[in-house]
Amino acid sequence: MAIDTLPHANEVIGTIVPRIDGPLKTTGTARYAVDHDFPGLVHAVAVQSTIGKGRIRSLDTSAAEAAPGVLLVLHHGNLHGVYRLFPHVQEGTISEARPPFDDDKIYYWGQYIALVVAETLEQARAGAAAIRVEYDAETPDVRTDLGEGFTGQRESSWLRGDPDKALASAPVVIDETYSTPLETHNPMEMHGTVAVWQGNHATLYECSQGVVNHRMVMAQVLGIPVENVRVVSRFIGSGFGGKLFPWPQSTLAAVAARQLNRPVKLSVDRRMMFTGVGHRPRTQQRIRLGATPDGKLTAIRHDFYTETSINDDFVEHCGEQTPFLYSCPNLEVTTALVRRNVGAPAPMRGPGAVPGLFALESAMDELAIKLNMDPLELRIKNDAQRDEGTNKPFSSRHLKECYLTGAEKMGWKQRTPQVGSMKRDGKVIGWGLAGASWAAARIPCTATAELTPNGRVAIRCATQDIGTGTYTIFAQVMQARTGVPMDRIDVFLGDTSLPEGPTSGGSMTTSAVLPAATSAINQAIDRLIRIATLASGSPFKGAKPDSLALTAGRVHSKGQPAESGVAFEDLIRMANLSGVTGEGKTNPSWEDPKAREYSLHSFGAHFAEVEWEPEIARIRVSRIFSIFDCGRIINKGAGANQILGAAVMGVGMALFEETVHDARTGQPINGSFADYLVTTCADLPDLDVTFLDYPDYIVNEYGARGIGEIGMAGVAPAITSAVYHATGVRVRDLPVRIEDLLQSKILEA
Amino acid sequence: MQTFQYVKASGIEKALASGGSGKFIAGGTTLVDLMKLSVESPSALVDINPLPLNKIERLPNGGLRIGAMVRNSDLAWNVDVQKSYAVLSQALLSGASPQLRNMATTGGNLMQRTRCAYFREPSAGTPGGYGCNKRIPGTGCAAMDGFNRMHAVLGTSDHCIATHPSDMCVAMAALEAVIHVEGPKGKRTIAFEEFHKLPGDTPQIENALEPGELITHVDLPKPVEGARSVYVKLRDRASYEFALASSAVVLRVEGGHIRYARVALGGVGTKPWRSHEAEHALTGKPADAHTFRTAAEAALAQAKPRQDNGFKVELAKRCIVRSLKLATA
Repeated sequence: MAIDTLPHANEVIGTIVPRIDGPLKTTGTARYAVDHDFPGLVHAVAVQSTIGKGRIRSLDTSAAEAAPGVLLVLHHGNLHGVYRLFPHVQEGTISEARPPFDDDKIYYWGQYIALVVAETLEQARAGAAAIRVEYDAETPDVRTDLGEGFTGQRESSWLRGDPDKALASAPVVIDETYSTPLETHNPMEMHGTVAVWQGNHATLYECSQGVVNHRMVMAQVLGIPVENVRVVSRFIGSGFGGKLFPWPQSTLAAVAARQLNRPVKLSVDRRMMFTGVGHRPRTQQRIRLGATPDGKLTAIRHDFYTETSINDDFVEHCGEQTPFLYSCPNLEVTTALVRRNVGAPAPMRGPGAVPGLFALESAMDELAIKLNMDPLELRIKNDAQRDEGTNKPFSSRHLKECYLTGAEKMGWKQRTPQVGSMKRDGKVIGWGLAGASWAAARIPCTATAELTPNGRVAIRCATQDIGTGTYTIFAQVMQARTGVPMDRIDVFLGDTSLPEGPTSGGSMTTSAVLPAATSAINQAIDRLIRIATLASGSPFKGAKPDSLALTAGRVHSKGQPAESGVAFEDLIRMANLSGVTGEGKTNPSWEDPKAREYSLHSFGAHFAEVEWEPEIARIRVSRIFSIFDCGRIINKGAGANQILGAAVMGVGMALFEETVHDARTGQPINGSFADYLVTTCADLPDLDVTFLDYPDYIVNEYGARGIGEIGMAGVAPAITSAVYHATGVRVRDLPVRIEDLLQSKILEA
Repeated sequence: MQTFQYVKASGIEKALASGGSGKFIAGGTTLVDLMKLSVESPSALVDINPLPLNKIERLPNGGLRIGAMVRNSDLAWNVDVQKSYAVLSQALLSGASPQLRNMATTGGNLMQRTRCAYFREPSAGTPGGYGCNKRIPGTGCAAMDGFNRMHAVLGTSDHCIATHPSDMCVAMAALEAVIHVEGPKGKRTIAFEEFHKLPGDTPQIENALEPGELITHVDLPKPVEGARSVYVKLRDRASYEFALASSAVVLRVEGGHIRYARVALGGVGTKPWRSHEAEHALTGKPADAHTFRTAAEAALAQAKPRQDNGFKVELAKRCIVRSLKLATA
């Protein structure tokens, strides 16, 4: 793997900065949600439905209640004090709107139907196993063809020109349907809650990507004032979107703890990860492209189905990038929401864009082949100079440079277009490329900075670090502004008792926290300097505040070196202060008249190489070059880590991942880490990341946009295009499987 | 998981004395997994880890004796195995993960049970769960019309199509290993091919062990002089994944003709699949692509695919051809 660094780097912003929380994580001292333990803590185990649709006819809890150590059994017949949060109307976002145990109905396999709390985990498990359930089962609808039997309405968006007319008269047309399967988030850390009550106050130890939202939701669900709820998520073993919004286990742990007046721990195990804690929904997307014989797009139609659960309206917005990725006068996107007996979907890394761009970019590759044109040339020819969806200029778009840089690195000029024509070391090789995009925005954030009398700098914000490096970003800003070294900077995140911060989602955390952190420390520094000019005993007493500066942790006269000044902690002690704080705030981009004039997006491109051994139908991804235009990268180490991890997930999406439901029961039949395949280290290609690093000052003063999601967009279509180039097999239904590759007419290398 | 008795066996006699009341546990990589899933609920576990069965010794007849408690990792990296029984080392290293191989034992791997999802899910739509004749005889086979992409195409019956998951066993089938057991009625040996049973109408009977019998050793015959052996495994990803098709071959070629051939297949059979048909098609024939393909066709001639696993027939053929090519390269 390689990471290229380009200009704009200074000492601490824009370089590779090791994560300040790294030692805690690698030594096992970081405490994750279910690592928390308290005197008197008891264990809860959820009982899940073993049918995919129907109702509970009878639930016999007598044996469980009599089992050793069992303290409490909850189910739809006896659960009280749980309230519904009405989605999209009330404040806060919840994953599954139906409160747990709301009635006797079963909507999907694995739905929680009872909870057993006992003194020990083993006793709770034994109690759960002792519950006898009888069902009136119906056949669940888990059909994979989303168009089958669809009678709902399609919603139109982004209509411009007359795409149907343009398609009818287009000299060259592509009309294909692509599908992406239901995929399961599998972060290393599984979901879990430890709930602790003190009187009417609840503290929830969670793995939440948004502690502030979690508090808002749980206050309403538990029926207590929001100030009576505290949510703590100091460390999160990643989320990929699955931990954005609360799941039922949080409610159940809190209710059980309230009822027993004892701390309760409820963990979701790996098997349960496949049912009640979200997934990327299945999509089925028909793409129609019209073009002139020389490759100018004249029409794009993107008509897709997206699956959701019976009770929740989750839309995977597959057409989000379609209106502005290419220049095209006639275009429409339509959405159809299809209900199935599955748990509620959730955003999963690059929601909408990742499946959507698989379809659009695959179709572009097919168009290039039909036109007998280089797919790189087709992209560049149709590159949009302006966002034709919103009719705004881009704040900063360098997609063409991404393509040209990638082509140079890959040696694209040597590519011969014929299927199976490129060979190396007794294998056929295939090359493919695809573009990527993801929205940028500046979302609200507040933070408090503090200069302390023991010479440390603290920054506090109720956002959280989900493994992306947010702790370190805050520390970088503190170091850049004060010159205090990293080992004297303390970052406090992941706790609703801190100033309100953003949810870690949508790749918007970094751009949100930078202005708030900066203005907070700036205010603290300004206050310190003013105090230095006022406090008796201060060497700067009587000086003008604007004649002083803070450099390398020392207040000094401007024009004099930092060593001539006084350490800030000495001034604080001199003035007998407990510390000097400052508050900072980030105003959202949608309230910024300047930002509203622009289309804010990041861009990128992946170039993939596969190796194909036709004799044994073996495909391996051998190289991926990822070139990204995501504004200025604040931490090149953590930033590259995001793109690399996303590329690895993209390989999984292309070649391995699919949650399969048994058609008769609705059970995820491959719900384990042995049966649901994710990329292993042995599957990894050589990965190479380049950041163009053009700052985007419309988004914030650092020029930073986000990078969490975009890296996964475009990986799968680059790989399937490479697979086509090597094998002649076009895979439109992910993942690529050996049975697809056995259809190849290329029989030897 | 149900409560169970735990007995530590200090010697073989003690193990045999307590064996009748429960199950032997060695590495536990299959058994504990199935106990957690409530597929297995033994009343007692007899821990045989202390038994002195962890040695690999050369036999006077030129063969190799492998103790039942030899860990997969130790067996795979044993110098004699790597030199004289390469197919076995390759098969072991292609299986599971290093952590699992460090625990899993030779005897335990012979007893490895299927990964069939319907076998592993006892609680679907309670009571009764999915029909599974292996788990509860007479309840049917949910895999037959379920998701059966990973299931067997050879040796299946109307009662069971579950795939035998082991890699080690495939190599041992090609090597014609002999299994030594000791039980209440004394010691006896079982030819490898006789050890695993076809499902027929009794898929719950998976092997030739009598109640209370303990596997003590596996003997490999003297290496076939001048032969080469190879294991090829095809799967969905590069590591930590069961075979879609695998092929173990032991082959001796003289003057361009095949004089000795042993072929066994994994990932496609209800037991480690020795293919006498392929061996017959190879023996005496020129070692060329035509012969290899003919042997592959012969090996799969009786294949009976279901809805999702038809591709395994062609894939297994290609796997056999590749292994034969490698063994003669």
